[in-house]
Amino acid sequence: MVLGTYKEALSARATDKQIQKISQDGGIVTALLSFALDEKMIDGAVVAGPGKDMWKPEPQVAMTSEEILAAAGTKYTFSPNVWTLKEAVRQYGLEKVGTVAIPCQTMGIRKMQSYPFGVRFVADKIALLIGIYCMENFPFASLQTFISEKMGVSPDLVEKMDIGKGKFWVYTADEELSIPLKETHGYEQSGCNVCLDYVSELSDLSTGSVGSPDGWSTVLTRTDSGDSLFKQAVDAGIIETKSMADVKPGLGLLEKLATDKKTKNQKTIDDRIAMGLPVPFKASNEKEDPLSNY
Amino acid sequence: MLARIKEILGIEAKPETGEVASEEEVEKVAEEKPRPRIGYIHLSGCTGDVMSLSENYDILAPLLTEMVEIVYGQTLADVWWDDENPMPEMDIALVEGSVCLQDEHSLKEIKEVREKAGLVVAFGSCAATGCFTRYSRGGQQAQPAHESFVPVADVVKVDLAMPGCPPSPEIIAKTVVAAINGDMDYLQPMIDLAGTTEGCGCDLQLKVVNQALCIGCGTCAMSCQTRAVEMLNGRPEVNSDRCVKCGVCYVQCPRSWWPMERIKKDTGL
Ligand SMILES: Cc1cc2nc3c(=O)[nH]c(=O)nc-3n(C[C@H](O)[C@H](O)[C@H](O)COP(=O)(O)OP(=O)(O)OC[C@H]3O[C@@H](n4cnc5c(N)ncnc54)[C@H](O)[C@@H]3O)c2cc1C
Ligand code: SF4
Ligand code: SF4
Ligand code: SF4
Repeated sequence: MVLGTYKEALSARATDKQIQKISQDGGIVTALLSFALDEKMIDGAVVAGPGKDMWKPEPQVAMTSEEILAAAGTKYTFSPNVWTLKEAVRQYGLEKVGTVAIPCQTMGIRKMQSYPFGVRFVADKIALLIGIYCMENFPFASLQTFISEKMGVSPDLVEKMDIGKGKFWVYTADEELSIPLKETHGYEQSGCNVCLDYVSELSDLSTGSVGSPDGWSTVLTRTDSGDSLFKQAVDAGIIETKSMADVKPGLGLLEKLATDKKTKNQKTIDDRIAMGLPVPFKASNEKEDPLSNY
Repeated sequence: MLARIKEILGIEAKPETGEVASEEEVEKVAEEKPRPRIGYIHLSGCTGDVMSLSENYDILAPLLTEMVEIVYGQTLADVWWDDENPMPEMDIALVEGSVCLQDEHSLKEIKEVREKAGLVVAFGSCAATGCFTRYSRGGQQAQPAHESFVPVADVVKVDLAMPGCPPSPEIIAKTVVAAINGDMDYLQPMIDLAGTTEGCGCDLQLKVVNQALCIGCGTCAMSCQTRAVEMLNGRPEVNSDRCVKCGVCYVQCPRSWWPMERIKKDTGL
């Protein structure tokens, strides 16, 4: 259960050439949000849109496919998308909201749906929650620091960032630079060190790069609605798929990374509990399944 | 009807035999559970909490008439207590508002409620944390001396706290249904919260950010009912001039407590 409950695991990418060109991996998030909008399954989506500073996203209510496309690509710093869900419902009057969320944001949304103490009539408007995988997140100043100081390039010149093959990569118009992830450790926010979810276990469906070849994504369909949206998008030719068994490096790598994250962070949780510090998760000796997300 | 209410609330319905539950089946289910006797006690609050309850339009009529029996209250039922009419026994008392320490009648009433009720619920943030009545300074007509307002749990034992200014209609309905069904798992976080009487936006800084737990998700800012919380550089920034000490931001944060089992049940994952 290290990947949470899922119905199907597939390797997939968007068939649209434009999406392929500007998205982070297989363009699954952009393609599915646009498709859900076209199919009227959602009437708008909260995405990590471009902000004032380059690479510092701002949550945005996207009402068109163009706006969804403009938000494609990963920004490795905070975009408090959950904050904007209420705005989507109240100011934009959306009845069916879609969103994209890293695992911890997914947790915030699901907790709000189960226990909507002060959140009036928002929980029932969340129609689609696409989760993305996440190992850690960086404060914006961290990102600026290691890109400019360690990689020696101004963040303003960077056209794409990526994490893969044990390295943090940046691409400028004419350069491709990388540093080992070892060197970015310590720059991540410390809240990530107690996080037990790598693959957005509670989303409708989740996606990330790990497991699939470059330009493709690994997709885990989870809830009925997530599974059915994905199948409809495949049937409509918006998304093409391959069996996980036929791609390299495959699901094994995803399982390994998820296990590593959980094992390492469970230890931090145990250490915190031993010190008497608060943490909302259980100590390993209180758990039946040490790889579970609580 | 019980099945329909559960369906609306997303609470697991009993397995049904036919496609749609027949009238008799519904009545049978309704009969199986004795209707709990509910009281609504109005202390120093603005009636917002009970207004929120009444916003459960779809289910309000059956909720009030078929699922529960309202035995006490000035708004929902025309029954209240004085020296001639003793306060009735209740299974659940929903207490709205904080307790004014200068108001003899409130003090007497809340003590009587504690005697007569099985479960005392701090209903809404004024009852749970004091909320904006914490800022009272007195000097107002017609009771200039009224200036000290405390959460219910400062005066009597509270069994369950349901913060919110007001609590959402959904959480109220879910809580009442859970209480009817004896679903203690669902109620557990509210039982735990009964001990938390000092909610404030600064909890985010003290109990989450300072404790190296914040992950910048924005759930706190989304849930703040007065827009006192903004996200700045991935962390909550609380405008203390707007914060009314309802405590909802911290209660809603995924790093304050984490109800994984319930979420799994609700999502089927
Ligand atoms: C902080 C972070 C860490 C990640 N770590 C991993 C990892 O370890 N392994 C892995 O396989 N994948 C990881 N991912 C996911 C991966 O980078 C891609 O986002 C994912 O594969 C989706 O690609 P896509 O081509 O389908 O999406 P696209 O079509 O490119 O769309 C990306 C979507 O993500 C949203 N988004 C971008 N940045 C953020 C953000 N900071 N917060 C919330 N939403 C955002 C955008 O709004 C956009 O809708 C991480 C993502 C983030 C944000
Ligand atoms: S590692 Fe966990 S806590 Fe950190 S950003 Fe990713 S999902 Fe959130
Ligand atoms: S809800 Fe909690 S974890 Fe999320 S941003 Fe607010 S304080 Fe941080
Ligand atoms: S910040 Fe907002 S939600 Fe939090 S206690 Fe203050 S008013 Fe309530």
